[in-house]
Amino acid sequence: MTHCEGCAARGRRWGRRGVLGGILGLAAAAGLPSARRRARAQETDPARMRPQPGDRIAFARGDRKGTLIAPADIAPGAKPAFAYPWDPARGAMRNGTRLNQLLVLRLDDAAYAAETRARAADGVVAYSAVCTHQKCTVMGWHPDTHLFICPCHETNFDPADGARVLSGPARRSLPALPLKVADGVLTVAGAFTGRVGGPPQQR
Amino acid sequence: MTRKTLAAALLAPAVLLPGLAFAMSHGGYSTVTDERLRNPEPHNWLMYRGNYEGWGYSPLEQIDTGNVANLRPAWTFSTSVGEGHQSPAIVNDGMMYITTPQNQVVALNAATGDEIWRFKHEIPEELWQVHPTNRGVALYGDNVYVTTTDCHVVALNAATGEEVWRTATDSWENGYYMTMAPLIAEGMLMVGTSGGEYGIRGHITALDTETGEVKWVRHSIPAPGEFGHDTWEGDDWVTGGASIWLTGHYDSETGVSYWGTGNAAPWTGDMHPGDNLYTTSAIAVRVSDGELVGYHQYHWNDSWDWDEVSTPILVPLERDGQMLNGLAHAGRNGYLWVLDRGMGSDIGFVDAYKYVRQDVFTSIDPETGRPSYDDAKKPRVGRFTKFCPSLWGGKDWPPEAYNPKTGLFYIPVNENLCGSLVGEVQEYVPGELWLGVPIPDIKMYLHEDAGHIGEVQAWNLNTGEEVWTQNFKSFNWGPLLTTGGGLVFGGGTWDRYFRAFDAETGEVLWQFRTNSGITAVPSSYAIDGKQYVAVQAGWGVDAVRMEDSLNAAVEETPHPLIDKKIYTPTGGVLWVFALDE
Repeated sequence: MTHCEGCAARGRRWGRRGVLGGILGLAAAAGLPSARRRARAQETDPARMRPQPGDRIAFARGDRKGTLIAPADIAPGAKPAFAYPWDPARGAMRNGTRLNQLLVLRLDDAAYAAETRARAADGVVAYSAVCTHQKCTVMGWHPDTHLFICPCHETNFDPADGARVLSGPARRSLPALPLKVADGVLTVAGAFTGRVGGPPQQR
Repeated sequence: MTRKTLAAALLAPAVLLPGLAFAMSHGGYSTVTDERLRNPEPHNWLMYRGNYEGWGYSPLEQIDTGNVANLRPAWTFSTSVGEGHQSPAIVNDGMMYITTPQNQVVALNAATGDEIWRFKHEIPEELWQVHPTNRGVALYGDNVYVTTTDCHVVALNAATGEEVWRTATDSWENGYYMTMAPLIAEGMLMVGTSGGEYGIRGHITALDTETGEVKWVRHSIPAPGEFGHDTWEGDDWVTGGASIWLTGHYDSETGVSYWGTGNAAPWTGDMHPGDNLYTTSAIAVRVSDGELVGYHQYHWNDSWDWDEVSTPILVPLERDGQMLNGLAHAGRNGYLWVLDRGMGSDIGFVDAYKYVRQDVFTSIDPETGRPSYDDAKKPRVGRFTKFCPSLWGGKDWPPEAYNPKTGLFYIPVNENLCGSLVGEVQEYVPGELWLGVPIPDIKMYLHEDAGHIGEVQAWNLNTGEEVWTQNFKSFNWGPLLTTGGGLVFGGGTWDRYFRAFDAETGEVLWQFRTNSGITAVPSSYAIDGKQYVAVQAGWGVDAVRMEDSLNAAVEETPHPLIDKKIYTPTGGVLWVFALDE
């Protein structure tokens, strides 16, 4: 059986009657300039701001969701953990936008390129989980080659070397998030090294 | 007012004026009525598949088997958009509408290719699209209607492109999105929703065409207390899939619409035990009130990502000297299903024919059509399982066509492809992909003795006989058009050809190499007595995924059929062909 966190809550929200109500509510809200509202929120809403120096890093999924991550929590070569920056001022994750999702992992120290090693904290590195091609969540992980795989168009990124593109249609590396250790937990040491996500906007 | 909105306000009249001028010069836009949709004029292409039955048939016969060799481009139009172009050119008395990926609608002069207006939909910054495409508009009254990847239906004035209303039918943040052309019947606009890979619960929503008001919602997974709910365990139904992402068909005699439903979520069946109604089914839904009046589940407890979302086509059927109101569907599961829709009641099983290699079903119950499975071929958590056909099936979404003159049913087919999956329990996160399979474990195999992959097959549904087959080295993602001129048109191959086949024999009578691969629905129309055939080229979405998978497969196991990496160029161009004068 599946472990479906939030299924019951969804059932209530989108139950038979709830769906029509929800749809009517959405219909009423339709036409609002949602994209612009969201863009403003990125600047002012702490839950939607990009990671800030001093933010902690917390698990985004699983049994330890919301728990701050210590370097020892990340096993060498293990599947990357999904994480969010955690705002110490509010004591909460900046999970108001999926664009803040992070991939946190630890590789063999010898495998790291120098620049990547410099951004690691106790051997742990973090990258944006949002593909620079079409903003898909980079959920694929190849356990043998230790590469990220985007499920949408199969771009392969190398986390040992700045998550640079090895194959596929993406043209930019996944932005890295420099880390340090403070108070025993992973902490943001600097801004993303590039813009999160990517096109599609054409003509 | 920001600088951007000021500029938009100043530019808007300039953009709209040409549209108005065109409409006026043609004496105004031809209003689309129920009567016109029930009996579309041969010179127009008023809906996704040309008629309510879903035939993909144009009665036009100016272009025929004798002269099709003289078919030439009349004009082309670059959409300025990349990714997979899949919409037909929909034509109403000289006005043409195409849609592109990123939710754009372009209105064109169907004779000249002049752009009249273009609609662009603002896409939320966070939205990601696993299927970035759109399959066309619907016409009704003086409006055109389009669905969007952030799960809205938008009504636009057909002459000017001005927005009339917009309605969200669900929440894109939870993985609901739309790429289909709406179905409009009895003044009601009906749309399903995609999202079977995100753990949605599928539904059809009916909207008032005038106002966008929601009239009814019919879920494709029954709620507690409803018939069929006991085919699910626990809360699995809440995130069970059964998406509906292709345009429904409609029986105007009975007032019943027909739809295909998608895979169960997540992919492997051990994560959602039970038959899982109404996943991978045909469902019959009364248009007036959304009541579900019938269904046929093609296969139970889907474990192969075999969406059966391709809508069954309404066909006349003869069995034992009796005429039946038939339904026909070339299943992703590799069987051609022939069903009886009766007079809008429950859907009865008639026959099923294996049309590609299929190694999962061990038998099919002759009374009910329920298949039995070879359990070793049923993927589950932690078990590597290889099966045929691949998850893209014998035929994915590209629609079949039916020609009432030949009485044949035409199918774009992918043969000789198998796949493998390994299930994995994954946490459900709203709005995130929820396949239940690790990405590297989704694999494809080319059968070792494969001499080809793509096919167009022609079937006589009355006799169950495959009348002709045309093979291609390339796989085939090409929707089909058939015409009164005795032709079948289709692209879909990685060599970028658009072809005309003799509808009786399958012989290739004409082919033309376009800029990119074709996965769009072709259509045909006429202006001032001249017949045109239109199709968009623009490779993308799953055709590219299959290309990638095949490249990976032959890299791992070399195969004589594919001696170098396949790479089909992309970019959207509308091609409009006519006979050389």
